[in-house]
Amino acid sequence: MDLLVGQLLTGLSTGSILLLAALGLSLTFGQMGVVNMAHGEFIMAGCYTAYVVQQVVGDAGVSLLIALPIGFLVGGAMGLVLEALLLRRLYHRPLDTLLVTFGVGLVLQQAARDVFGAPAVNVSVPEALRGGVDLLGTTVPRTRLFIMALAVLAVTAVALVLRFTPAGRRIRAVTGNRDLAETAGISSRRVDAATFFIGSGLAGVAGVALTLIGSTSPTTGQSYLVDAFLVVVAGGLGRIKGAVVAAVALGALQAVFETYSTASLAKVGVFVVIVVFLQLRPQGLFTLRTRSLA
Amino acid sequence: MNRFLQTRAGTWTGFAAAALVLFGLAPLLLSGFRLGLLAQFLCYAVVAVGIGLAWGRGGMLTLGQGVFFGMGAYLMAMHLKTADAEFRGGPGAVPDFMELAGIRELPAYWAPFSSPAFTIAAILVLPTAFAVLLGLAVFKRRVKGAYFAILSQALAGAFAILLIGQQSLGGFNGLSRFRYFFGFTLADPVNQRMLYFIAAGVLLSVVAVALQLRRSRYGELLVAVRDAEERVRFLGYDAANVKVVAYAVAALFASVAGAVFVPIVGIISPASIGIVPSIMFILGVAIGGRASLVGPVVGALAVAWAQTALSEQFPSAWTYAQGLLFVLVIALLPGGIASIASVARRFPTKRTQVEAAA
Repeated sequence: MDLLVGQLLTGLSTGSILLLAALGLSLTFGQMGVVNMAHGEFIMAGCYTAYVVQQVVGDAGVSLLIALPIGFLVGGAMGLVLEALLLRRLYHRPLDTLLVTFGVGLVLQQAARDVFGAPAVNVSVPEALRGGVDLLGTTVPRTRLFIMALAVLAVTAVALVLRFTPAGRRIRAVTGNRDLAETAGISSRRVDAATFFIGSGLAGVAGVALTLIGSTSPTTGQSYLVDAFLVVVAGGLGRIKGAVVAAVALGALQAVFETYSTASLAKVGVFVVIVVFLQLRPQGLFTLRTRSLA
Repeated sequence: MNRFLQTRAGTWTGFAAAALVLFGLAPLLLSGFRLGLLAQFLCYAVVAVGIGLAWGRGGMLTLGQGVFFGMGAYLMAMHLKTADAEFRGGPGAVPDFMELAGIRELPAYWAPFSSPAFTIAAILVLPTAFAVLLGLAVFKRRVKGAYFAILSQALAGAFAILLIGQQSLGGFNGLSRFRYFFGFTLADPVNQRMLYFIAAGVLLSVVAVALQLRRSRYGELLVAVRDAEERVRFLGYDAANVKVVAYAVAALFASVAGAVFVPIVGIISPASIGIVPSIMFILGVAIGGRASLVGPVVGALAVAWAQTALSEQFPSAWTYAQGLLFVLVIALLPGGIASIASVARRFPTKRTQVEAAA
């Protein structure tokens, strides 16, 4: 029983990390069909933002609180630039955006390597988040709890914005049917830019949070990216609900596989499960109902 | 020029010219070391031809060719290691790296690889069969586009991680230090030259197979599936089968390339087949022209050459260049170098219709 609870908690914690990384992707991939391989580098930018802010501010707790919004802005700004300079011209070629953004990611990685150096840097964890909390018979590190809370907060915020604000309504309209939204007078270009800003900003926030549980190197983002994409694919395009369920499920799956085999086999196991799952539901967990053939 | 190459005589002339360069000029002009490098680049070009078929003609962006390349490479490396071990210690001897890792018994799945015939059959069959299985699973359920690209990329990541965990396959360090290649000493320059000729021969035959596929009815169908899959399906064809064939052929090409790569380079490790190396295979194809036949070959050779020439002296600048090449070529010249002529011809009218905007 204890083992099961422990695994569930590990799964939840891995899942919330995945979710933070995948939430922004799900927005941009879902709405624009843009496969943003540079998303991982936006996460990395968030990590380095936390590092820089801490170098400037000093106090770990204050710097974390300051770094979260700054990380959002840094990630969002990078996303805006990428969208305006490149992606806007490539919306009808989704596979090509994948390769273009991979190239952008390479450049950003090398830039990080030149600015911050190839060795990993560390951000110190605030006093309040050190140690663990006893929960249901197992000890959970406080940093993990913080990340879980942050993931919940981010999902709630995104869901509320999408559901209740005029901007969110426009985003949903464009995701649902771009042409129809345009006939209704919505400027899909501006909506795209806004979505990309939010999605990339979430990557920045994820980056700041990730510094709590690991060190930061130029390739940090890349290591999260593939898993994040799997979450989006398994969850269904553009569905926040799908991303949440898929992230937690994949996190739990990985945790269970790792208990019964090695970490390397766990990755393979997760991959096999996803391929089998796509046999059952090729469009992911939750699908947007559209009448398009493609 | 292009029209001439379309004709039968033109095709033969093209192949004759390529054979003359590969088998005549290159060995004459290049030193042993450079010839070895060229042999290595030719292996990348073989992979590129497969990607050109699957991606350029079939619209399947496969970011996981490193998996099939790695399969071929590891299968060949396993044979070379067992053969070396048998040469030193008789049948059933354990390869040197296993002794270091403390493995005393030859694992059961290694044993068949002491047979050259079995190894070659495995290199041809295993990756192809795996590609067919995976292709059927994915394409029959109409998983396509970006979904397929992401899955293939995850596959490459999972495969590399799986290999790192296998101590009996050399783990992180991979397999290296081969002495013999089917009984020939690898240290001998004459045999190294022979390996170059094998690589060149493989490239020419792979291009010939790809050409035949392109010109066949199947080739037409493949392009039709790329451009309008629904329409092909409405006409009564099974689009999934068409895709599986191209995917499997690309896998076979990559596997053979990997098998030839191992004796030439002398090492195969998870680092050269993971996510990043797999996507790097794409770069040459994109630059050369994904939908053309010779474009991927030229692009792959050019990128491999530039990598060798620049990456040691200017590692930072080379990475920037790689990233920018991806951005510039895909965004501005999706047809690659092969399309420059037609883009230039259309230039005054500013119509940038691209053949392969899949």
